[in-house]
Amino acid sequence: MDEGCGVRMNRMGSVPILEVRKLKVKKGAVTILSVPSFQIEEGEILSLIGPNGSGKTTLLQTLSFLLNPFQGEIFFRGRKVGVDYPVLDYRRKLAFVFQEPLLFDTSVFNNVASGLKIRGIKRGEIERRVEENLKRFGIEHLRDRSSKTLSGGEAQRVSLARAFAIQPDLLLMDEPFASLDPPTRESLIEDLASILQQTRTTVILATHDRLEALRLSHRLAVIKEGEILQTGPPEEVVNRPIDEWVASFVGTETILKGRVIRKEGGTFLVAVGGHEIEVVGEAMLGEWVILCIRPETVTLSISTMKETTSARNLFIGRIEGIQPMGFYQKVQLHCGFPLVAYVTRPSMENLSLKVGKEVWASFKATSIHVIRQKDRERAVE
Amino acid sequence: MDLILEGMKKAFWLLFTFDPEVLSILLLSLRVSATATLISLLIGITSGVAIALYRFRGRAMVVSLINTGMGLPPVVVGLFVTIFLWRNGPLGFLGILYTPMAMIIAQALIATPIVMGITLAAIQHLPEKLRLQILALGATRLQMVWLLIKEAKLPLLAAVMAGFGGVISEVGASMMVGGNIKGYTRVLTTATVMETSRGNFDMAIALGIILLLFAYFINLILTHIQQREGLR
Repeated sequence: MDEGCGVRMNRMGSVPILEVRKLKVKKGAVTILSVPSFQIEEGEILSLIGPNGSGKTTLLQTLSFLLNPFQGEIFFRGRKVGVDYPVLDYRRKLAFVFQEPLLFDTSVFNNVASGLKIRGIKRGEIERRVEENLKRFGIEHLRDRSSKTLSGGEAQRVSLARAFAIQPDLLLMDEPFASLDPPTRESLIEDLASILQQTRTTVILATHDRLEALRLSHRLAVIKEGEILQTGPPEEVVNRPIDEWVASFVGTETILKGRVIRKEGGTFLVAVGGHEIEVVGEAMLGEWVILCIRPETVTLSISTMKETTSARNLFIGRIEGIQPMGFYQKVQLHCGFPLVAYVTRPSMENLSLKVGKEVWASFKATSIHVIRQKDRERAVE
Repeated sequence: MDLILEGMKKAFWLLFTFDPEVLSILLLSLRVSATATLISLLIGITSGVAIALYRFRGRAMVVSLINTGMGLPPVVVGLFVTIFLWRNGPLGFLGILYTPMAMIIAQALIATPIVMGITLAAIQHLPEKLRLQILALGATRLQMVWLLIKEAKLPLLAAVMAGFGGVISEVGASMMVGGNIKGYTRVLTTATVMETSRGNFDMAIALGIILLLFAYFINLILTHIQQREGLR
């Protein structure tokens, strides 16, 4: 019904900056990417997360027409690229930052100016924009240095400044921090986050690092084996993953499968490893469900005083392993089923937790995310 | 020993008095070889870039032909150019055999595969993703090719040196298609051959020294540029 009217609108009545329909990329006879539908709104920062080789790079390169050929349609501001909108003009609305800085063998200034020179922008304007972006990324002092003499972090800043100098309508970034060491990476992510807040640039960021994605984005798209499994705001994807794979990719440590054995008003009980776990939500009697328990929601204690907790789910378990994870320690328990809790270092010491010790673990019936068969069927809308 | 010393003395005399004959030979050498190198750069760089960037059937064979061509013996080139330009040959009607034009053609044929081969290797040596980055920066195909050439400028400078060095010092083709005509197609190498065969060692040595000095200065300039660029 909306064919032929040219510009397509979304539910909100505005035109998405980018829309993809029935996109398919094949390598020989194998389909390596299949995206039936995908949109990004003006000003949105979307992170494409998935493991290495899941198709993130292929998707970004296809979206920027760097990877020919493909099947399907790409609309930029409602106009079909390659038909109503010339590919070169479209590409000049984008900027692309790769994992490697890919700088030219010339000065930092010339590198940052390169996208503008290609567009035939006037000299004064080029200088203004280059200076602005050198400053923005804190690299004014490198202005006249040769790109060959830069460190990895500096080079990636130059690459980002080159992209921002273009003032792109849509910025695509493919693992831009992946080859940087942790401190360099941290400071760059921090700077980029504040720059993005300022410029309100629309971004698609591909990363295998969910924490990076959570820090920067308004929306996540989880991709696996060339298919987008789930899209949604970060809280939604993290707390209500669509299946076990997404759950584990977004950091759910405990994923249990069990059968619904009893229902009482608004809650139901699931049998797992000889125990019963109470869950708030809807399910049918006898149905197999998957329970996702995030490690931050599990509390450990050494006594069983019921009044200390409103949680209905209380189990005794043996500590099987403890791993340091920065601020937290990851505690692996066996309570008849495996359970993982994150405990802060101070409470670790208070409870004097160690491997082999028995502790009480509790978690709220409301903090469990349930995956039902029918949820998985309506995976991506 | 006397012969060499005498020869050296005469050589420097000829050099420093700007002997008109030596000067005209030098200038012709320069004109022919520089023109031939320029032509080979135009053809060699464009086709080298094209072959580096596009995948087509028979590409592997083309590449191996170019690599063979990098070591093309000048006499073979001379032979074929002579045959083509011979009065009854396919291009005989041009009437350019035994002219500087014929020498330029022959030398360009020698230098082109050298430039092409080095260009091909230089462009292929650039990171694959650089091409995508350039396109993603909004470049047209032509802008992309230009930026790639700029990125490969150091090896391309080597191509210029190798091409020019190859043709200024070759003798076989120039002799065959130029004919070593005094005041018309006589260049440094052909003159050296002739003077040596006549026993005029002083003249031969003078010409040889000029040739050496000349090759040296050209390479000095280019090496200087290359080193400066490389260190930046």
